[in-house]
Amino acid sequence: MEIDPFIFRLSIFVLSIFVGYYVVWSVTPSLHTPLMSVTNAISSVIIVGAIIAGLSGDIKNIFDTSNMFGFMAIFLAAINIFGGFLVTQRMLQMYKKKKKNK
Amino acid sequence: MSASLLAIFYLISGVLFILALRGLSSPETSRRGNLFGILGMIIAITATFLSTGNFSTGFIYVLIFLLAGGSIGALIAYKIPMTAMPELVAGFHSLVGLAAVFVAISAFLNPQAFNLGVPGDIKLSSLVEMSIGATVGAITFSGSIIAFLKLRGIMSGSPITFKGQHFINLLLSLSIVVLIFYLCKTQSDSFFWRIIEISFLLGLLLIIPIGGADMPVVISMLNSYSGWAAAGIGFTLENTALIITGALVGSSGAILSYIMCKGMNRSFFNVILGGFGGEDISSNEKKKNTKPVKNGNAEDAAFLMQNASSVIIVPGYGMAVSQAQHALKEMVEKLKKNGIKVSYAIHPVAGRMPGHMNVLLAEANVPYDEVFELENINNDFANADVAFVIGANDVTNPAAKTDKQSPIYGMPILDVEKAKSVLFVKRSLSPGYAGVDNDLFYRDNTLMLFADAKKMTEDIVKSIL
Repeated sequence: MEIDPFIFRLSIFVLSIFVGYYVVWSVTPSLHTPLMSVTNAISSVIIVGAIIAGLSGDIKNIFDTSNMFGFMAIFLAAINIFGGFLVTQRMLQMYKKKKKNK
Repeated sequence: MSASLLAIFYLISGVLFILALRGLSSPETSRRGNLFGILGMIIAITATFLSTGNFSTGFIYVLIFLLAGGSIGALIAYKIPMTAMPELVAGFHSLVGLAAVFVAISAFLNPQAFNLGVPGDIKLSSLVEMSIGATVGAITFSGSIIAFLKLRGIMSGSPITFKGQHFINLLLSLSIVVLIFYLCKTQSDSFFWRIIEISFLLGLLLIIPIGGADMPVVISMLNSYSGWAAAGIGFTLENTALIITGALVGSSGAILSYIMCKGMNRSFFNVILGGFGGEDISSNEKKKNTKPVKNGNAEDAAFLMQNASSVIIVPGYGMAVSQAQHALKEMVEKLKKNGIKVSYAIHPVAGRMPGHMNVLLAEANVPYDEVFELENINNDFANADVAFVIGANDVTNPAAKTDKQSPIYGMPILDVEKAKSVLFVKRSLSPGYAGVDNDLFYRDNTLMLFADAKKMTEDIVKSIL
C-alpha cells in the first residue's frame, strides 16, 4: 500500500499553518506593517512557477500563450519581490532604540 | 539537478522564510530576518533556473522580465512615502493575486511543463488545485484593486451597498464550485475561463460594501488570501517552498485580521458583511451644535504642556494625512529639554493598516521604546497631566465603555479622559469614521485645537520656550 504524495504535501501545509500561527503571534505589534510587506515579498516565491512556465517552450514558439502568461507572472512577481523586500528593509532601518548616553 | 535535490533547496528556502518572520519578534533581530528572507528567495529562484537547465533564448526573456519588474519594484520601494504604505501593500497584494492567476493559466494551457498531464487530460487533483489557486488569486487581485482605490482616495471610502448583495455573492461562490465540478468532468477550457471571470467579479463585490474605517481588516484579510492563493498554486506545482510560504502568509494575514477585529470589538463576519460607518452622521450633527466646546490656540497648548510633568501623545490617522510626525517629534524634543516625560500611546487600529503609526513615528526618528501599545500604557493616563490627541478620535471615545447604544460599544479605547487635561488637534468637530460623536470634546478639561495637525504642531513648537 502506497501513500499518495499529496498527503505528504498536505502534511507540510498543515504543519506550516501551525508554525505560521505561533511565529506570527510572537511578532511585536509595532512591526505589523513590515510583517505585511515581508509576507508580501515571500509569497511572490510563486515566481518559481512562472519561471518554469516561461522556460517551458522551445525557441520557435517562445511567445506561446502559456509562455506569455509565464513572462507576465515573472514581471508581476519580480515587482513584488524587489519592492517588498526593499521597502521592508527601508522601514526596519528606521526603527531605532533610545540613545542611552543622553 | 535531480527533482529531490531541487525539493531540498525549496525546503531550505521555506525554512529561511520562517526565520524571516521569526526575526520580526523584535526590531533588533528584524533586519537579519529580512536578509534570511532575501536569501531564501535567491536560493529558490537559482535552484529553479538550474533545474530546468535551459539557458537558451527563453532564459534571456525570463531575465529581461525579471529585471524589468525588479527595477520597477525597487524604484517604488525607494520613492514611496511612509504614509502611503497601506496603498502600497494593497497594490502588492493585487500583484501576487494576479501572478497566481497567470501561473494557473499557464499550467492549464501547458500542463506538460509541470508534469500534470496533457491538455484535455490534466490530472484531476491538479485541476482542482489550480482552480482553487486561480479563484483565490483572482479574488485577491480585484479585491485589492478596490482596497487600493479606496485607500488612495480615488474611490469614496464610504461603503457601497445594495439590496441582495450578500445573496449575489453567495450565488457567485456557489457557481464557482459548480463550474470547478464541470471543469473536472469535461476538461473544457471555457469552464476554466468562466471560473476566473466570476472570481474577479466576486472580489470586487466582496470589498465594495466595506467602509474606509475597516480597511485595516480588509488589508489583513487580502494578505491572508494572497497566501492561500500561493499555497493552492504550490499544491499544483508540487512545490514545497510555495506550500510553506502560502501557509505562513495565510495564517499571518488571518491573525492580523483577528487582532484588528478585536481592536474594534467587532466580529469578522460583521466586518465582511460591510455597510459600517458613515450612516449616522446626520443625526449626530443636529445634536452637537447645541453643546459648547472650549476652543484653544497654539499658545494655550504650549502653556499647558510646558507646565506638565508628563505628557502622553495619541497619534491617529489624521497625523498621517497631514504628515505631522516630524513636527510632532520636534515638539516632543523641546518638551523633553524642559524635563517633561513624554510617551506615545498607539491603539491597535490607529491608522489604515496594522502597525501603521509605529512606522510613521519610526520614520520621524522616535525611538521605538518610547512607543507603547494600548495595554501597556492605558494605566498611565491617570497619572498624566496632558493627553495630546493628534488626528485620532474614535479610539479615545469613552462612549465605547458607557453607552450601550453606541456602535463602538465594547471597543477597547485609550483612557485619555483620565488625564488631567486633554488636547485634541482636529480639523473640525465632525465625528470619526464610525460616525459617532465624541463626548470628550465637550468636557471642561478638554481644549480643542482646530487646525491642520501639522500646522498646529509647528505653531506649538514655536510657542514652547
